[in-house]
Amino acid sequence: MGADAYIAGAYEHPTREAPETSTMQLHAAVARGALDDAGLSLVDVDGYLTAGVPEYTFALQPLTMADYLGLDVSFVDSTDVGGSSYLSHVGHAVSAIRDGTCDVALITLAGRPRSRAQATGSGVRELRTMQDSFERIYGSTPISQYAMTARRHAHEYGTTREQLAAIRVAASRHAQYNDDAMYPDPVTVEDVIDSPPVAEPLHLLDCCVISDGGGALVVVSEEVASQLDREAVPVLGHGEAIGHRDGGRADVTRTAARESGSRAFEEAGLEPADVDYVSIYDSFTITVLLALEDLGFCEKGAGGEFVEGGTLEAPDGDLPFNTDGGSLCSNHPGNRGGMTKVIEAVRQLRGEAATPVQVDADVALAHGTGGVLGTRHSASTLVLGGTEP
Amino acid sequence: MSDAWEPRPVPDVTPETAEYWAAAADGDLLVGTCEACEAVFHYPRAHCPDCFSEAVSTTTAAGTARLYTFASPERIEGWPDEHRPLIVAQVELDEGPRLITNVVDADPSALSIGDRVAVRFVPTDRDDVAIPVFEPVD
Repeated sequence: MGADAYIAGAYEHPTREAPETSTMQLHAAVARGALDDAGLSLVDVDGYLTAGVPEYTFALQPLTMADYLGLDVSFVDSTDVGGSSYLSHVGHAVSAIRDGTCDVALITLAGRPRSRAQATGSGVRELRTMQDSFERIYGSTPISQYAMTARRHAHEYGTTREQLAAIRVAASRHAQYNDDAMYPDPVTVEDVIDSPPVAEPLHLLDCCVISDGGGALVVVSEEVASQLDREAVPVLGHGEAIGHRDGGRADVTRTAARESGSRAFEEAGLEPADVDYVSIYDSFTITVLLALEDLGFCEKGAGGEFVEGGTLEAPDGDLPFNTDGGSLCSNHPGNRGGMTKVIEAVRQLRGEAATPVQVDADVALAHGTGGVLGTRHSASTLVLGGTEP
Repeated sequence: MSDAWEPRPVPDVTPETAEYWAAAADGDLLVGTCEACEAVFHYPRAHCPDCFSEAVSTTTAAGTARLYTFASPERIEGWPDEHRPLIVAQVELDEGPRLITNVVDADPSALSIGDRVAVRFVPTDRDDVAIPVFEPVD
């Protein structure tokens, strides 16, 4: 051992639709699952991190959840930067553990947008922030923004719809081995291109699922990890960053992954060539392509060529990704896919991925994108090492 | 052809942005300018997003721009069906900054990145508030 902190427990709720369950119940279920996985119990937890319960806006969410779960903690964090929040939570838990503020940090996510029939891309009349009056009032929803990002990338670099589709194809090849996946059937490039347009150049199969569900992680100190009867995954590096409109000058084809990735690699003392497996947040196919470029797996603008030819397909591609099917095919709990990115990376490093897509991985990278590209977004990157008993 | 959807919902008018919306009602598109570092920016605010100086003022943009990117969402809630297709765009003003807007009176399949567009204004239910949108020009 030798890292400051380890991921000792990881659990993904199997549900994709939970009409008869409260979101807080899901939080409790995933907390129990991750603690059981680690061989720990709730009384061991002295740090708690969550972005909260989506339906309880302005509810002092970590307090609401700590009360519900019955937690007594010395460290709490409720960073909410969208879907990458849960990767940032891992980084923040590592820092707290390094500082001696806590030893066992629990991170929980749950959400039920599918049961609540939440229309993720809507709301012209729902102006919640000052910026909405300059964006949403024009119908600038996540779908429009990601489509505009994809169109600009195609314009600058010649990226094709077939190349974007290759990302979905790879995810769907993996999803067939995941019994819990919402869409387990493999698709072809033609299937993606022939699916109904959502906003050109993005079609239905370029978009992630909307699912209920949740996940949880337990991050522990080296001392706690050494006492557990469970393989633990060392957190080697973390980086986070944000991108915004920069007064109207932001290049929409570039993401904050450039900064979050370089920070994570620097802390780990590694580089992209050292990575054997990647979990990449996949709200849309274009999200993956931009992240791969900005994390340094290929040159800027070369993402389209990079993903062609099965690069992302496990187990034989050069850079296998999202072996659970990702948010494109399996699960996107609460519109927040970052949590499941960490969980599948942990499975890969522990040798617990589905047999046909298990990769021989010593180093894995998990990357999240939150918010909306082209307006305000977050990026959070983790570099994780092979398990230590 | 997309249409303009008039009158638009009234935006959230704040003390910082009231001048911007009122100018639009008078037919002017404002951009922010920084007297300290000469940055030109959009949306309007009471400080410079580059150097954080409060020595900022507004100037009237020419209202001409190039299409930087655009989308025509097939699936969107909250946008009246009779005002479809909707074209959401980022346009790059000749003064530099880009803004999110709509392109109106255009066929989305006939648009290309780089096309020239010019501002026009659509009313809201408030006389002192209008919304800048853009239309193609030759």
